[in-house]
Amino acid sequence: MLEIKDLHVSVGDHEILRGVDLKVGRGEVHAIMGPNGSGKSTLAQVLAGRDVYTVTSGEVIFEGKDLLVMAPEDRAREGIFLAFQYPVEIPGVSNLYFLRSALNTIRKARGLEEIDAMDFLKLARDKMKLLDMDENLMQRPVNEGFSGGEKKRNEIFQMAILEPRLAILDETDSGLDIDALKIVANGVNALRSPERAIVVVTHYQRLLNYIVPDVVHVLYDGRIVRSGDKRLALELEEKGYGWLEDDRQLSAAGR
Amino acid sequence: MPTPVSNVEELANQEYKYGFVTEIETDSVPPGLSEEIIRLIAAKKREPDWLLEWRLKSYRYWLTMKEPTWANVHYPPIPYQDYVYYVAPKSAASGSKQIDPELLRTYEKLGIPLQERELLAGVAVDAVFDSVSVATTFKDKLKEMGIIFCSFSEAVQEHPDLVRKWLGSVVPYTDNFFATLNSAVFSDGSFCYVPKGVRCPMELSTYFRINAKNSGQFERTLIIADEGAYVSYLEGCTAPMRDTHQLHAAVVELIALDNATIKYSTVQNWYPGDKQGRGGIYNFVTKRGKCLGKNSKISWTQVETGSAITWKYPSCILQGEGSVGEFYSVALTNHYQQADTGTKMIHIGKNTKSTIVSKGISAGHGQNSYRGMVKILQGAQNARNYSQCDSLLLGDQCGAHTFPYLEVRNPTATVEHEASTSKIGEDQIFYCRQRGISTEDAVSMIVNGFCKQVFKELPMEFAVEAQKLLSVSLEGSVG
Amino acid sequence: MTAVKGQQDQYFAHFAALEERLSGTEPEWLRAVRKSAIERFGDLGFPTTRDEEWRFTSVAPIARRAFRPPPERVSPADARFGQSERADFAHCTLLVFVNGRYVEELASPNGLPAGVRVRSLRAALASEPETLEPHLARYVPFERNAFAALNTALMEDGAFVEVGKDVALERPIYLLFLAAPLPGKSAPAAYHPRNLIVVGRGSQATVVEHYLSAGGAGYFTNAVTEAVVGDNARLDYTKVQQESGDAYHIATVQVHQARFSSVTTRVVALGGVLNREDTCTVLDGEGAESLLQGLYVIHGRQHVDNHTTIDHAQPHCSSRELYKGVLDGASNGVFNGKIIVRRGAQKTDSKQSNKNLLLSESAVINTKPQLEIYADDVKCTHGATIGQMDPEAVFYLRSRGIGLEEARAMLIEAFANDILDRIPLAPLRTRLQRALTDKLAAKGQPAGTGASPAGERVSVLVEEA
Repeated sequence: MLEIKDLHVSVGDHEILRGVDLKVGRGEVHAIMGPNGSGKSTLAQVLAGRDVYTVTSGEVIFEGKDLLVMAPEDRAREGIFLAFQYPVEIPGVSNLYFLRSALNTIRKARGLEEIDAMDFLKLARDKMKLLDMDENLMQRPVNEGFSGGEKKRNEIFQMAILEPRLAILDETDSGLDIDALKIVANGVNALRSPERAIVVVTHYQRLLNYIVPDVVHVLYDGRIVRSGDKRLALELEEKGYGWLEDDRQLSAAGR
Repeated sequence: MPTPVSNVEELANQEYKYGFVTEIETDSVPPGLSEEIIRLIAAKKREPDWLLEWRLKSYRYWLTMKEPTWANVHYPPIPYQDYVYYVAPKSAASGSKQIDPELLRTYEKLGIPLQERELLAGVAVDAVFDSVSVATTFKDKLKEMGIIFCSFSEAVQEHPDLVRKWLGSVVPYTDNFFATLNSAVFSDGSFCYVPKGVRCPMELSTYFRINAKNSGQFERTLIIADEGAYVSYLEGCTAPMRDTHQLHAAVVELIALDNATIKYSTVQNWYPGDKQGRGGIYNFVTKRGKCLGKNSKISWTQVETGSAITWKYPSCILQGEGSVGEFYSVALTNHYQQADTGTKMIHIGKNTKSTIVSKGISAGHGQNSYRGMVKILQGAQNARNYSQCDSLLLGDQCGAHTFPYLEVRNPTATVEHEASTSKIGEDQIFYCRQRGISTEDAVSMIVNGFCKQVFKELPMEFAVEAQKLLSVSLEGSVG
Repeated sequence: MTAVKGQQDQYFAHFAALEERLSGTEPEWLRAVRKSAIERFGDLGFPTTRDEEWRFTSVAPIARRAFRPPPERVSPADARFGQSERADFAHCTLLVFVNGRYVEELASPNGLPAGVRVRSLRAALASEPETLEPHLARYVPFERNAFAALNTALMEDGAFVEVGKDVALERPIYLLFLAAPLPGKSAPAAYHPRNLIVVGRGSQATVVEHYLSAGGAGYFTNAVTEAVVGDNARLDYTKVQQESGDAYHIATVQVHQARFSSVTTRVVALGGVLNREDTCTVLDGEGAESLLQGLYVIHGRQHVDNHTTIDHAQPHCSSRELYKGVLDGASNGVFNGKIIVRRGAQKTDSKQSNKNLLLSESAVINTKPQLEIYADDVKCTHGATIGQMDPEAVFYLRSRGIGLEEARAMLIEAFANDILDRIPLAPLRTRLQRALTDKLAAKGQPAGTGASPAGERVSVLVEEA
């Protein structure tokens, strides 16, 4: 479904991703872990089309198409969804209105009919239950005045409505308390399907107790330095990222 | 750090839509300002002596005044002697009942019908073209209810007592440089009187158009709502694109008696000048309302998107006990526009209450200042004020400034002030696009969301217009 | 000035006595900290109203007075600590301090989950001082704050709360500080309780710190609490000050927050004659959130000064602050809310509000927001209200048959409940609501002021109803 080949990305003169290779198949859940500044969020944002980053080389193929030439909205319409690390506030624009506009542009792109306000409300209510969300959050402006936890929940709620083909969750667990973490994880798990791939970007192993990944990758200093199953995350938790530093020097020396 | 202002900037850059010139025969006075010119204007309008005296008094006072410099706006000296202080279409000046077809076409083009049509049956229009009112619709229908709605000139002829009683009662001729100038040379404007207990059944509106080159428009509007009356009044403005600066120095006076309500809405779209800051209207306006009666209410709503320079502070004098003043404003400055706008709320009576909501949007090299004063005098027991002042910056060449002044002389006052400044970010737009929404839709969504509190105060027809206007004014500027 | 200096010396004597008593049992790093703190206190001296930070609060009454050091021994019998309190807090991890000392017999540590330790500071200092070293006195800026310096020099006991990583602590930790009468006719004492709360990565904890008079009089509490909250961790912290009516209470709460941490501080001040609360939080990791709440309900000649500092040191952090005050009699309130947004702390989102209800013409409130913003993409709002009770609301209630006093009480409670309702401990919430009602009822006594006839004038504060 998604194939990233030797991706190099910079901001200004600073190279952040230095040759990332990654393959994600349909129905798979991948976790990308790594310390602060390793390039995790950059990778997530580049996939969604954020233009402050410059792709200097490499390719990204999504469902057979070149993703890098597409505008962000076209990627969204193709089925890419990014749950933001810092969801953005849009004062004065109600959550409901925003999301319905989004859903309808995506439906239109897929050749489906627009959904009317009543049907949308019904759909929204169903999905809100899934995430145990207060209904009045829907009438409030997008993310405005939401707590950190509410914002993160709102991201997963949007994902549930938009039903993407590839969902990238950028540190969705950060800032959540244990109860909210469980709810969010349940929400994500409910969206796991053989047709959908999920990439979970996280700092902490804790989330992976609830969303169990098929593959765990470690991103370090702009490269994926290790991949493995969920045990890798536990190992990382135990030994810390310093261990990778030693490990990388060893492997570099061994080359 | 992300560089703001990128791809969105390449959005289609639509020109000012109302910039055409109407070719029409005019009757005007020679350029310049003197007692002779003022006498000439008064003679053309066949004004009574008391009014001429008032004009001359104002003019003489004006000669002693200095142009104010405290506002946060910058412009070269204004050549007052080069302006033409009276320009009127010949047909109107000759007192003909028929409206010149050229004028009809002009207003049609502007979307303002001067025929009383079913479609816009809810709005009565007074159309002011350069220095004179050329038509007023639905006059007769309103007359049945005792409502007087006519041009200022007509009011001087037909209702001299009312005019004489209230003219200058809210904005005295000595008030400020531009108001005093207006008092000397004002040519026309709208007049409205709503009698006791009458709720005006339709929106009243004035549409101002400056057409002639190098002219100034100095209109004067006077609205009186008698006890228990209600009136909602709208004002719209446009001007052709010219590379010199036209001057607009208007005065608006509102008077609300016991339990009366006046709602005054403005959508100001004077020609803002071009992208390099050439041309555009200097809009120096004095607007003030007096809540004279108990529980009276005056509410100002303004959407200011035009003019090269806007200098304007619609204010409320809250004299009657329990009276209420409101000010809702959206001011947008793009390219090289400058706006210094805000309000004054003067609390005199007991239990008076005021609300200020100001939304400033700056783009391009635009400079936007909010200047507001809340004054609570000693006798204003239990006065309350709530002020909210938000600025939105688009790009990094523009500026937003806030100058709140607060003077409280009564300890029982409750005053609350909130202020924020934020940048419309690439991140907001990117967030929308990531959800499949196009850049154009995202920008209009974000800006309209920001202004929502103000737009909801506008009459329905205007709210839609204002939203469109804002999107157009911002095209090519959002980052 | 010399008079003040004279009384300052007593603290040097307290320090000398303490040093002697400890006679080298403390590790070197701690001795060094104490030493630099007492020197700093010597240099700074007590602040005066010429000091901008203390402009509206004179601590001369404290500076002039003689206080004895805390008694070395206390017994459970010293405290009037009854069964009802015990029952109320049975579900908590309770630590009780009497006259500055931990009293083991009164505590109920309850079963704590693995990775959590709650001990007296004194015990930790004695047995494992190395566990304190990374944090103790590392956060509170005692070089600028004379009272914090004094506390750091003279601290002996308090609570040390350590929560490891990924533990969601269900029971609240309750730290009760009781001021009991001293034996004989000695001068009142000065107490310097010191608490350290460390919440590890991904953990959650609720801590209440409660200062309660148990018959003591005229004493001086000078408290410092440091809280260190790790990545993704959450802390809900409530401080309640119900000292006796003639006591002095000066406190500093200093919070340090890491990435995506979330902290609530809630400072409730009801007692004491002179009370200053410095509540500071440093948002030192991206995505951190902070909620600061405060409530002061004062009458007579009480003086309460809340100084808060929210230091946004990293981008993408948010803070919300709401302080509410009810002032009656000739009481005096001060609110100073400083918000610092450091260079580079972009996307800061900060909202501050201070609302005051004045019940008498002699009550005074000085409220001041203080914004220092060095970043350009931020959202900061602040608002303050000062007002009286809404006569229309009072009238409305009366027209429904509710008596005047009751109507007023109802409206005041509604005003205060904004803060009280969020206290995560039902029994404490109930106690405070009761204390508030009692306090308002006691208002009928002459407070030495020209208290206004009830509900005559006034406006305000029918906000967010």
